[in-house]
Amino acid sequence: MAEAQNIPAGATAGGAVAVAAESTVATRMSAPPSFDVADFPVPHGREEEWRFTPLERLKGLHDGTAKADGAIKAQVDAPEGVTVESVTRDDERVGKAGTPVDRIAAQAYSSFEKATVITVPKESVLTEPVRVLLHGEGGTTFGHTVFDIGAFAEAVIVVDHTGDGVRAANVDFLIGDGAKVTFVSVQDWDDTAVHCSQHNAKLGRDATFKSVVVTFGGDLVRLHPRVEYTGPGGDAELLGLYFTDAGQHQEHRLLVDHNVPNCKSNVVYKGALQGEQAHAVWIGDVLIEAAAEGTETYEMNRNLVLTDGARVDSVPNLEIETGEIVGAGHASATGRFDDEQLFYLMARGIPQIEARRLVVRGFFAELVQQIGVADIEERLLVKIEEELEASV
Amino acid sequence: MATLEINDLHVTVEAENGPREILKGVDLTIKQGETHAVMGPNGSGKSTLAYSLAGHPKYTITGGTVTLDGEDVLEMEVDERARAGVFLAMQYPVEVPGVSVSNFLRTSATAIRGEAPKLRTWVKEVKEAMERLQMDPAFAERNVNEGFSGGEKKRHEILQLELLKPKIAILDETDSGLDVDALRVVSEGVNRVRESGEVGTLLITHYTRILRYIKPDFVHVFANGRIAESGGAELADQLEAEGYDKYVKGGAAV
Repeated sequence: MAEAQNIPAGATAGGAVAVAAESTVATRMSAPPSFDVADFPVPHGREEEWRFTPLERLKGLHDGTAKADGAIKAQVDAPEGVTVESVTRDDERVGKAGTPVDRIAAQAYSSFEKATVITVPKESVLTEPVRVLLHGEGGTTFGHTVFDIGAFAEAVIVVDHTGDGVRAANVDFLIGDGAKVTFVSVQDWDDTAVHCSQHNAKLGRDATFKSVVVTFGGDLVRLHPRVEYTGPGGDAELLGLYFTDAGQHQEHRLLVDHNVPNCKSNVVYKGALQGEQAHAVWIGDVLIEAAAEGTETYEMNRNLVLTDGARVDSVPNLEIETGEIVGAGHASATGRFDDEQLFYLMARGIPQIEARRLVVRGFFAELVQQIGVADIEERLLVKIEEELEASV
Repeated sequence: MATLEINDLHVTVEAENGPREILKGVDLTIKQGETHAVMGPNGSGKSTLAYSLAGHPKYTITGGTVTLDGEDVLEMEVDERARAGVFLAMQYPVEVPGVSVSNFLRTSATAIRGEAPKLRTWVKEVKEAMERLQMDPAFAERNVNEGFSGGEKKRHEILQLELLKPKIAILDETDSGLDVDALRVVSEGVNRVRESGEVGTLLITHYTRILRYIKPDFVHVFANGRIAESGGAELADQLEAEGYDKYVKGGAAV
């Protein structure tokens, strides 16, 4: 079962930790995965996969009323050798990495006009990242992006989301044998934006996939990073960092499906919350199927609640169908930066703002260092500072 | 010469049935270079005095004054008091996850000294101070008070005392929970700071044991929210022999 505790011990606990009761990933969804939006009932909010999400703030993405009336400015910086194509949904690469698991993902799939396919040819080792800048200019947009990474290729992909708008768009990764991919998705939206996305990564034999999801902005952000393996030796690392401010809803729902033997996964998501009605949701599902002998997996979610009025729901869930594994574990903890800690630091001459900074920096530092992309690490540290400045 | 002057200090805390007065008119003057031991039974208000001087938000000052060289301490924020030269070594130092001891010490020293200490001399300064307190160097990379033993927490408090060099040091039951070896090491640390002659020390304790290592100039018996009796070091010997009974039974004497 899940291990959940409140650290550090304080007089009061500001965050809430919810730990899943017995449940299975497959049965608690309202409908099986499908590309057709009509296969999903319109959610009413009490379904397991919707119960944390404020449906009324989805701007109609969940009930079919959202129409593609908006604009998003897209800029792709592709290093030499990388190709960028615009294709229709008949293209065999589109939808190959995974099938939509909820109504909004299916809505996005059913509604986009053209998909973008970005290809890194086999054995090509990129020295510069592929950068995709998406700047919302208001209104609703749908999209679909496929990153097709050839065998033994190495690539860093950075997707940036800024501006305002309602965005439902899925991202697929087809990762060839032995390829190494780092994917960074930054949600730095204006505080009015709505963003829902399913990230599907399908890893080839001995492929390495590192996903870094960074969520700062948005009124409502709901992401589904998902990983599956097609051959042994796959290694997935899913890192996440969120800073949830007053009034924001940021939800990350992960699934790692160990369906073949001898693969690894490591999930680390950390979030800081501050302000009234700041709400972070983290769902971490890891499945170890009967065939997946030799699996090694660990998932962890840590939250730091900086002020009263913020709420965290953290639900780690591990299902194991074989005992022949190297290791499997999970942990979730929500700590509160409390008055006693603040007093201790201030009693050593450290001003309040500096004390908060010290604690938050310390909380995120280790995670940021694991990203391995220098300019992203720096940007994150700057961004964390900005979030803190804006708060106190 | 720095002087901390406490005048008719009244303090309350919020209790279940409304505010409860803990300090009922404390008068005490501590000058740089002096060591005052405040001794008293459990629940007499000793720790409340310590935390009120440092500015803990749990305590409400309802009357009296506290000044440091004429400056109103009660008007200052917690961090301002520390920068003005008031240091509280806590009985129960709190854990601060994610913040390493070395980062914490440097941030604190920077705040207290008004500028960042030069890295080279600072590293040496910390290393030597830790050696004197018989602390493992690996300590510096651990998170503040996280998983520290009782003795480690107290050494860490005294390490800060040595590095921050306050004008007034308040030691709240620094001796509690220490074995004899740790008590000796911690006391030696306090004595090094006292020997500089630049600190006024307020040593709050339940037991006379620590006074064998740290010789006070003045001893005050604390009972029922105020100082019941003051004297020299010989008062501690009397307490050792007779206990607190005469101050507790039938209310405070004097």
